Amino acid sequence: MNEREKNDPLRELGERLDKARAASKGPLGQAPENATSTGNALAFGWRVGIELLGAIAVAVFIGWAIDRWFGTRPWGMVVLFFLGVAAGMLNVYRAVSGLGRAVGFRLPGETPPNGARWDDED
Amino acid sequence: MAIELHPLDQFKIEPIIPIHIGGLDASFTNSSLLMVIAVVLASIVVIWGSRKRELVPGRWQSLAEISYEFIAGMIDDNVGHEGRDYFPFVFTLFMFIFFGNLIGLVPFGYTFTAQIIVTFAMAAVVFIGVTIIGIAKHGWHFLSFFVPHGVPWVLLILLVPIELLSYIIRPFTLSIRLFANMMAGHTMLAIFAGFVAPLALLAAAPLKPFAVVPLAVDIALIFLELLVAVLQAYVFTILTCLYLRDAIHLH
Repeated sequence: MNEREKNDPLRELGERLDKARAASKGPLGQAPENATSTGNALAFGWRVGIELLGAIAVAVFIGWAIDRWFGTRPWGMVVLFFLGVAAGMLNVYRAVSGLGRAVGFRLPGETPPNGARWDDED
Repeated sequence: MAIELHPLDQFKIEPIIPIHIGGLDASFTNSSLLMVIAVVLASIVVIWGSRKRELVPGRWQSLAEISYEFIAGMIDDNVGHEGRDYFPFVFTLFMFIFFGNLIGLVPFGYTFTAQIIVTFAMAAVVFIGVTIIGIAKHGWHFLSFFVPHGVPWVLLILLVPIELLSYIIRPFTLSIRLFANMMAGHTMLAIFAGFVAPLALLAAAPLKPFAVVPLAVDIALIFLELLVAVLQAYVFTILTCLYLRDAIHLH
């Protein structure tokens, strides 16, 4: 950099901004993940709760609808209830361990796991 | 003197301009009005903010830049570079929900995000859009989304339906989360507010000062609701990003 650039008021402002950003805890200073721990814990708790309950509710509803259409009462509801519980737990597990990481998903650099267990985290 | 305040009255939809097409009620309601206001406000912030394009931003420009950077950063972190194509959609979604949630806290406002049909419509658009993007990018390979790796085929009979279900559930949980948060918060506000006037006006004289208690609770709740309003807009948007990522970065 040359002398002119160094004395540039904008440059100085930029440095001050960087400093202020580093000091602040706001979303600009750092990743919003750690920004407000209470707020995020609240949001995350809600997310997990709805994930589990929503899965069961939707699955039971689908089961009920299947029963209505095919007259298979109560088996559709029973089977779908257990599937819903499993799906809900799976979603909660994924939300907790890897923020919504679905089955087919892999990070660009990741190698496809040959023979690795599908839910193997390590 | 009777004070009739039902905590759920605030969610009532009232037609402002009745429009009936065929048998369909397409009236312009208070909910639609607030949606229009949210869109106009969001547009004003962004358009007014990008009007001057100064090197050192003023207030409005800062506002527009912060919201732009926030969503752009979110997409970069969660979807990656390919996600930039979907920035306009994600940004629009965030601004709409964000303003919708906040307008609901303004007196005489109406919280359209506290209606499940509104949140479900948005979640359904996200879900269908993400599924189409996934199929367009990966073709039939997209179906491998539901087949976990390295699982004996006997287990697949059990696991594929579970995976399919956990995928189908997405729009429901996405919409229920936003709707339930907004609705629960606003109902709570109304319930505590409903205690204030009867206590102050109708209660026996020694009890009257206690009207301050629900009022204080309501004030605390307003701040909590501000936090929830912002957070839920954030959560809805970040989950949209995560779903996009799943569809784009299929192995």
